[in-house]
Amino acid sequence: MRAAIVRGAIDVAALLAEVASASHGATVLFVGTVRDVNDDRAVTGIDYTAYVPMAEREMQRILREAAERFDTDAAVIEHRIGHLELGDASVAIAVAHARRAQAYAASRYVLEALKQRVPIWKREAYADGTREWVTQQGAMIAHQD
Amino acid sequence: MTVTALLFASYADVLGREAVEMTLPAGATAADALTWLRALPGGDALPPAPLLAVNLEYARVGTVLHSGDELAVIPPVAGG
Repeated sequence: MRAAIVRGAIDVAALLAEVASASHGATVLFVGTVRDVNDDRAVTGIDYTAYVPMAEREMQRILREAAERFDTDAAVIEHRIGHLELGDASVAIAVAHARRAQAYAASRYVLEALKQRVPIWKREAYADGTREWVTQQGAMIAHQD
Repeated sequence: MTVTALLFASYADVLGREAVEMTLPAGATAADALTWLRALPGGDALPPAPLLAVNLEYARVGTVLHSGDELAVIPPVAGG
């Protein structure tokens, strides 16, 4: 299992190779890419920043949770930071398992947990020249205490 | 004691910096550090109860700080 924040393009083929094994009948690759619209606004690019050491630690913890829940330790995740253009991959998750159901479920679990609690932020740039930090649905806002 | 506060994204923007050294009394909590930060120019733009992390782990406002700790004030996350 490996989790990393990266500053260059994500090599998805390398991630697939990293989880490959003859004992796996299913490999799920999720790739999140920069989309040209958000909330009806035309997006031209995204700048990602992260609290890198904590983000890597939290992603590693999420992979361990997925390993326990779905019985696979063949999982790897990379999240890119810096300036990304439309279509660039911001995140990629590769999960392999003997069976497809667990591979799909583990992939989904890792992505949803990442979006909820890994300290990464994005500032979208819009076609009208403005830029804004984005808050996404489902993200942790504050502790309930 | 000295504690380093780290600020990110919109919070770094409103305070005009990404890190600040705080001198706090012994026994100070994360809540005390937040009060200190909110007294800085622009600090009133920080929410009263933001997400916090101490030494890379999410922490509650009642967490007691120690000299050399790293307190991160974490805006709503937006990875993916």
